[in-house]
Amino acid sequence: MTMEFHELEQAPPAMTSRIEGDLMEVSMGPQHPSTHGVFRMNVALEGEVVRKLKPVFGYLHRNHEKIGENTSYLGSMPYTDRLDYFCSMTNNWAYALSVEKLAAIEVPERAEYLRVILAELTRLQNHASLLGFLLSDMGAWGTPLMYAFREREKILDLFESLSGSRMMCDYMRFGGCRVDPGPDWFARAQKIVEAFPRFLDEFEELIVSNEILIARTQGVGKLSAELAISAGITGPMLRASGVNYDLRKVDGYGIYPRFKFRVPLGDHGDCYDRLMIRALEMRETLDILKQAMKEVPAGPIMNPKVKIRAFKPPAGEAYGRIEGPKGELGFYLISDGSANPYRYRVRPPSFINLTVLEDMCLGHTVADVMVILGSVDIVMGEVDR
Amino acid sequence: MESLEEIKARVEAAVPGAKIEIVPNAAVPAQTSLLLDREHAVAIAKFLRDDPVLQLDHCSNVTGVDWLDRKVTKKVKVKKVVEGVEKEIEEAQEEFFAGYLEAVYHLFSMSSKHGPVIIRMRTPDRATGAHLPSLISIWRSAEFQEREIFDLYGIKFDGHPDLRRILMWDEFEDFPMRKDYREPDDYEYEPTPHDEVLDKAKQHYPLRPQLDGAEKITATDSHG
Repeated sequence: MTMEFHELEQAPPAMTSRIEGDLMEVSMGPQHPSTHGVFRMNVALEGEVVRKLKPVFGYLHRNHEKIGENTSYLGSMPYTDRLDYFCSMTNNWAYALSVEKLAAIEVPERAEYLRVILAELTRLQNHASLLGFLLSDMGAWGTPLMYAFREREKILDLFESLSGSRMMCDYMRFGGCRVDPGPDWFARAQKIVEAFPRFLDEFEELIVSNEILIARTQGVGKLSAELAISAGITGPMLRASGVNYDLRKVDGYGIYPRFKFRVPLGDHGDCYDRLMIRALEMRETLDILKQAMKEVPAGPIMNPKVKIRAFKPPAGEAYGRIEGPKGELGFYLISDGSANPYRYRVRPPSFINLTVLEDMCLGHTVADVMVILGSVDIVMGEVDR
Repeated sequence: MESLEEIKARVEAAVPGAKIEIVPNAAVPAQTSLLLDREHAVAIAKFLRDDPVLQLDHCSNVTGVDWLDRKVTKKVKVKKVVEGVEKEIEEAQEEFFAGYLEAVYHLFSMSSKHGPVIIRMRTPDRATGAHLPSLISIWRSAEFQEREIFDLYGIKFDGHPDLRRILMWDEFEDFPMRKDYREPDDYEYEPTPHDEVLDKAKQHYPLRPQLDGAEKITATDSHG
């Protein structure tokens, strides 16, 4: 099941008989269009084949955690939006969940439903735009990305009418949500959810049996289940390697146990599987959304007992985690009883998912590196924090 | 899942010499943690991973915490002889706790779907002794996260194959996540070579008092 690190560190067989001088060092990034922000890889190439790859981080580092320690608990909530700026709703939820764990706060029923609906909408738009970006990295420039962004924009419009901002939503609070959407909002969301399968059908038809896509992704960047588990890979990337681990099922946080949905799993752990997992997950997400929208109860969206100003949780520590669109997003908080957390730590899924980037890229060509990196699904705001 | 006391007893039976302490957590009792001793940490971690009941194969979160030196003043009642009479007097006593750096690992099991089991390790001090054994040979996911702790807290992980700065640049000297960190006034300060260059220039060119010695030119001079 598990593997010692030195076994993984062994160089691939082709390298042993070669002269070191044959390797050419190339610095990919940080301004490469397919590095999704400012991310650099130092790659050693033998001809076109990757023999070594070291990621270089930190171009977007602003020490989010230190700022979190110097801010009140609520003050960090809008800042979590800036971690993974594609999924501010799930970032809010993960942070709110950890604080709720720390201070033993209960969340009203209606807020739980809203959280599920918003998190699943976030997952939809994250996965859709990832597929668009991935195809764009592969050279299908423009069209698929614009198709995905057209759908994403509809969901962002929903977020904007609810929270006032497209991407920096700052919507959740400890013990609930910030504003109550009217019945009109649910009707609009319903329409989008009902129309979404059409986009998915169209998109899948574009990609699933596309000869070029299959040639570029199948068998590329394989990740074994053993290595994925040992390296702490989570989210769609882990499930593409065939490991059944979805926190919505395992932890059952929020009200997820009430919904029926399946967890898609991959067989090969290659780029094609990672891509298709996202497409399949969107279908399951639509299922959850349909179930959740049907039964949203009336009632308050905020726990009235929670103090918003001068909020001071008891001394202690808590680790809360949710299944974000990119993987396990966790917040670890240590409280000393004061208004600021003593320690505020983000467990960034896309940062930890990059641990195996080198292992996946070895032996493939430079052009494949872009596809493999794209299939990891990173956002530098979260990687560098 | 077993209780932490049971885990502690089983680990201490399996790894001879291992010392484990249970660190209470007042806010969330379910997330109480185990404090491992540094010498046996790798062996204990290996046991936690490979044990068929626990199977803690998923090391989710690795992070550092900085605890500064602290002084706790306590009021203690002391019996003393004052002016020939024995009296009970309240006296303030200061107790000193040396600071340390801590690494915290959140472990889960992907195969048995339980967790978390939280383990922590402490360095003897915050300066030269800030060394901990690396658990990368047990869980590969510690690779970048231990590097991050080294970068931001300055804990050196013995046995880590590639311990470099990860988020800060290589030339950076301090550890920004430490509680006593003070940021410099100017990150990009470099001593400029002006004085040296000017000295060299003086050796090269003859003095031009009318230009270089500007302070000598007075109002009367310029008006003849």
